[in-house]
Amino acid sequence: MAEKSFQKGKMVPVPSHSIIPERDLSEFPVLECSHLGIDFGGLQAVNEFNIVIGRTEIAGLIGPNGAGKTTVFNLLTKVYHPTRGTILLKGVDTAGKTTSQINRMGIARTFQNIRLFSNMSVEDNVKVGLHNQVCYSMPSGVLRLPSYWKKEKQAHERALELLSIFDMQDLANHQAASLPYGAQRRLEIVRALATGPSLLLLDEPAAGMNPSETAELMENIVKIRDTFHIAIMLIEHDMNLVMGICEGICVLNFGQIIAKGTAEEIQSNPTVIEAYLGKQQGGAQDA
Amino acid sequence: MMTFLGYLVSGISLGSVYAIIALGYTMVYGIAKMLNFAHGDVIMVGAYISFCATNYLSLPAWLSVLLAIIVCTVLGVVIEGLAYRPLRQAGSLAVLITAIGVSYFLQNAAQLIWTSNTKIFTSIVSIPSLRLFGGQLTITGEAIVTVLTCILIMAGLTFFTGATRMGKAMRACSEDKGAAQLMGINVNFTISMTFAIGSALAAVAGVLLCSSYNTLIPTTGAMPGIKAFTAAVFGGIGSIPGALLGGILLGIIEIFASGYISYQLSNAIVFAVLIIVLLVKPSGLLGKYTPEKV
Repeated sequence: MAEKSFQKGKMVPVPSHSIIPERDLSEFPVLECSHLGIDFGGLQAVNEFNIVIGRTEIAGLIGPNGAGKTTVFNLLTKVYHPTRGTILLKGVDTAGKTTSQINRMGIARTFQNIRLFSNMSVEDNVKVGLHNQVCYSMPSGVLRLPSYWKKEKQAHERALELLSIFDMQDLANHQAASLPYGAQRRLEIVRALATGPSLLLLDEPAAGMNPSETAELMENIVKIRDTFHIAIMLIEHDMNLVMGICEGICVLNFGQIIAKGTAEEIQSNPTVIEAYLGKQQGGAQDA
Repeated sequence: MMTFLGYLVSGISLGSVYAIIALGYTMVYGIAKMLNFAHGDVIMVGAYISFCATNYLSLPAWLSVLLAIIVCTVLGVVIEGLAYRPLRQAGSLAVLITAIGVSYFLQNAAQLIWTSNTKIFTSIVSIPSLRLFGGQLTITGEAIVTVLTCILIMAGLTFFTGATRMGKAMRACSEDKGAAQLMGINVNFTISMTFAIGSALAAVAGVLLCSSYNTLIPTTGAMPGIKAFTAAVFGGIGSIPGALLGGILLGIIEIFASGYISYQLSNAIVFAVLIIVLLVKPSGLLGKYTPEKV
């Protein structure tokens, strides 16, 4: 596990001018958005958002503040319902689905500002994520029938197993709010993983982390992808992280995609440099 | 001394009924963030169902209670689905007014069905009174059953919310509905379940209340409903142990006030105590004060 099995895949073109890693070609892409858009009143917050993400791809969504990145996540999870366009998840149309149904179909996410169930224990937070994975009927829960004990034991073991990805199994009984900031961010990822996603959306996972924590996070994101064989899409301002692990990168500005490509392509794209990287010359660019 | 103990016992018994009703208020508030003022009238419906089952259908007491629980559970889910769910995105004031509307609807519907004549509710409790200290202190069978039921319900609910899958979903919804939804929890279903549990408890409370006081009219549930709401606020709304503590304390204060000070003033004294507690501890006895995050 310690050995990095990760190598950036060779990116190949697929329909709708997107690229996915070559190794993912044999399957339906995990996500396929076409002409996706939403208006808030007269404002087009997102427009003509077209993207294809491969089954095991790590994709980055970047752009200046207010570009509509989190809005895209909210559209994908149906927190907002799109005004235009379609979202295909593993080839299945998600039109008319509710947020919780989308989660069951395979999208899980974390939040820009941590939204843990802060009064619940670390383990219970993960168990909420396991809600649809470990099922038993309400009567057997109330009456504590054998199936309750069996399933609760399963849930307990699964929760600890998931927590051990980040070496957090010893914190299982702590209250979520009492964890340090970095651990809360990690717990949010574990909780999202507990729902058994095929696409994990991370909204600024490295926000507020120091360089060594970020480096560890990068390894962990790759590790999660390799262990669970899922796709990960992340919004991030830390260019070291984005350029370091993202295979396909999509740049958003004023709700429009202004560039798509690999890290190298994005870094040398003049439009991107003007809209985004140009503003942060210095530290951000030597990635 | 015996009078004191007598008052204490009836205070705890009355308080247990308040606590059971307050659980319904507090769970619904905790999860749906709304005040269900129709909750008191569900108690009345439960009592009428039990009354009809024993008097008209000659069913045994336990079966009449079961029937009341089933009818109230369905009623609670239907009220939530028809009246409150369409208003999920609406302002809290709209929901509050709707709840008051549902309350009046239930009272008037009961009046139509069962008329406003007082019904004599025969106690469903058949265990004899307990006489202590050579007959100086009498504890009625109703009081014993009420207190035991309350303890049983509290223990059951604490276990349910703490350790079961549905209970965890409820707590998750109460903390952050949006995040819970994104974890795959069906929030509407969870809220329906909360109403089902609250209404089932209301049926139990209705039968216990009427067993102790023996009279039943369409507005029977109104005053206990308000008192139980007070108890929930008193103990810290949203908190299950708070509902128990608030209910029991309120019952004891009410009985002591009417016994030692004045029967007419007892309600006024109860609410005066509430005001004082809220001045000192605005979130109730066990409630958590959470400042608005900016």
